Amino acid sequence: MKAVQAAEGVPRATQEPDKTLDSRMNEILASFKGEKSEIIPILQQVQQKFGYLPEQAMQRIAEFVHVPASTVFGVGTFYAQFKLVPTGRNVIKICRGTGCYVRGAPRILNELENQLGIKDGGTTPDMEYTLETVACFGSCALAPVMVVNDKVHGRMTPDKAKKVIGKKSEEPQSSDR
Amino acid sequence: MSFEGIKRKAKSQWEEMQNSPNPRILIGTATCGMAAGAEDILHAIEKEIAKHGIKADIIQVGCIGLCYAEPLIEVVKHGKPSVFYGNLTPEIISEIVKDWLAGDNPRPDLALGTRGEGTLEGIPKLFELPVLKPQVRIALRNCGNIDPTNIYHYIANGGYEGFIKALKMKPQEVIDEVKKSGLRGRGGAGFPTGLKWQFCRDAPGTLKYIVCNADEGDPGAFMDRAVMEGDPHSVLEGMLIGAYAIGASEGYVYIRAEYPLAIKRLRVALKQMEECGLLGDNILGSGFDFHIKIKEGAGAFVCGEETALMASIEGNRGMPRARPPFPAQSGLWGKPTNINNVETWANVSAILQKGAGWYASYGTEKSRGTKTFSLVGKVVRTGLIEVPMGISLREIIYGIGGGILGGKGYKAVQTGGPSGGCLPASLLDSPVDFESLAAAGSIMGSGGMVVMDENTCMVDVARYFLNFTQSESCGKCVMCRLGTKQMLDILEDIVNGRGRKGDIELLLEIGDAIKNGSLCALGGTAPNPVLTTIRYFRDEYEAHINEKRCPALTCRPLISYYINSEKCQGCGICARACPSEAIKGGKRMVHVIDQGKCIKCGTCLDVCPAKFSAVEVSSGKPIVTPAEPVPVGGKA
Repeated sequence: MKAVQAAEGVPRATQEPDKTLDSRMNEILASFKGEKSEIIPILQQVQQKFGYLPEQAMQRIAEFVHVPASTVFGVGTFYAQFKLVPTGRNVIKICRGTGCYVRGAPRILNELENQLGIKDGGTTPDMEYTLETVACFGSCALAPVMVVNDKVHGRMTPDKAKKVIGKKSEEPQSSDR
Repeated sequence: MSFEGIKRKAKSQWEEMQNSPNPRILIGTATCGMAAGAEDILHAIEKEIAKHGIKADIIQVGCIGLCYAEPLIEVVKHGKPSVFYGNLTPEIISEIVKDWLAGDNPRPDLALGTRGEGTLEGIPKLFELPVLKPQVRIALRNCGNIDPTNIYHYIANGGYEGFIKALKMKPQEVIDEVKKSGLRGRGGAGFPTGLKWQFCRDAPGTLKYIVCNADEGDPGAFMDRAVMEGDPHSVLEGMLIGAYAIGASEGYVYIRAEYPLAIKRLRVALKQMEECGLLGDNILGSGFDFHIKIKEGAGAFVCGEETALMASIEGNRGMPRARPPFPAQSGLWGKPTNINNVETWANVSAILQKGAGWYASYGTEKSRGTKTFSLVGKVVRTGLIEVPMGISLREIIYGIGGGILGGKGYKAVQTGGPSGGCLPASLLDSPVDFESLAAAGSIMGSGGMVVMDENTCMVDVARYFLNFTQSESCGKCVMCRLGTKQMLDILEDIVNGRGRKGDIELLLEIGDAIKNGSLCALGGTAPNPVLTTIRYFRDEYEAHINEKRCPALTCRPLISYYINSEKCQGCGICARACPSEAIKGGKRMVHVIDQGKCIKCGTCLDVCPAKFSAVEVSSGKPIVTPAEPVPVGGKA
């Protein structure tokens, strides 16, 4: 797929200067009490706002909930939802659940890997697309399924998947990050 | 307001809707409906009724389970039975609105079935169809019938009456009622629910927790999502009842983040409960306090295991720990905790509403009640079903599911997800209950039921599941962490044509060791898909290992695509579609695939016109085709 021109201004997923990160972190932490059980919800907000878990953010969380940074890092690396590197503006998730698998999900993944020139887990150099596989979306009756940002597309074929991605690159950016 | 007052308000709102002269359109907008395009259908309906100047109420409902027919609507015209229409497109909507809403023709050619009193000529009754007739809807009682974002709809249909009844009983009587119903945990293991509650009630301590396990991680299963999206109050009412019986004051719903709509619906439902005084301090003036918090999971299959789930709620890595102590003695933050899954809670509210005897009248002696399944894979009618325990696999797959897609042969059904097994045709008539499935080497599991046809390679399926459990192993137990890796390596070798004599025996030996050497159910059941496929499909393993042949023609390294020189008409479509330029040919020439260049993507097979069907697949035998293109009709 041809590289798509990045949106104007600073690409959202690049590393932010510390000051911006600090103030954005303060915004996130304002709604939490500083308890250890809040680590996962905080990380989820950071993941949502930044598109990944910046190292300084994890250190800030560790101070906030009074645990060693290694604990926060340990949680951040345990769960599949958290990324340590920036993701693209559009996240394409291919379901690799059993229902999708037996109905041809591997072929959808192959097609998109070829189209985008990246492997599962990769991001295009222009930061436009990240390609991921997810355990199961629970839409197995409409297998195979792919999710682009938050929109679920069912009954996919390699050809339909290609068209969904093609359409996406013509749409204005809609991510909330 | 008292509950009686709330109920009166709910009833009058519900009756007003039922008696409205305006037509009513119910549209399934659960995740599966949305994936099938329900949003476009919703817009089309709005546009079309405006065009015809019709005033209609549009209600977004949950999943009725006929996912194969999504997007789906139910059209209710006053005084007539309602009509279901499926597989909708905006064009079909335009016709339905014109002919049935604006006119008098219910369009039997487009309708799936009717519901309610009366009949319409040419349209069958929906619940008499083979797909619905064997079903009994208890956990799914309201899914597809009510607006899940409106607590009054739930209350008008008997909702929260189970809780009201429980409040009038002693907590121990509530537990006895659940025991009497015979309800067993619907999350997979099938532990008697009443007994589990008893342990937690009897545990010393004043602060106790209730957890709803909504971390439905089995790939291929979506029953819990459908219940939470379509009828969240049935689950929350169950939790209220459980909390009252056990003496818990705090509750958590641990739900996977992959279910954003279910999370949204639960949040709405919790807010409405608070507004109605059904949640918080001193609920309905009874002196009973209960609070529920939602905890979103972050993508870890092992968090479906109860001790891992609790570790995750506490903010830790979701790693299981040894039991005892069981959660009933020492759970969340060391306090007595009772964990049940979504479907169990939805059953609890029904049991209290309608009585233990009613519930126990369904199912078998040891497995009472019903079970929901997500029937998916290579079956004609995929969907969400709920059947009485004891029904046979054949009735489910061939009766409800309508048989195998494309008229192909049945090979296996996989139950229980990565912890379960693959059951062959010889077991199609065995009953579906906890004991029978376990005896067959599988498990009931949470309810995933993935049907596989003759083109599904059982060795590849085993590899698929091992790949899943291997990457989801938390890494705590050596046997699970390293044993699954070894098994996966062996399976990778076999599907890639590098299988060696003795591999099967080695798989069995490692599988046994993993079962014995793992703390939690993830490791304890991880070898099941491999063990059952060896048990029932050993010949497929042997073909891969000894003959380097994949009988299902799916393992890429073991198959070759070739063009049958007697069938090829030289149209050239395959050569143009081939992404690796591996096909040589020319006009009216028999095309030839260069096996050295072929990446085995299968594109040529897909694009070859059906009238020629010249592209064929083979495994384990030499291919006889011309080396270079020859004229069509000429000698090979």
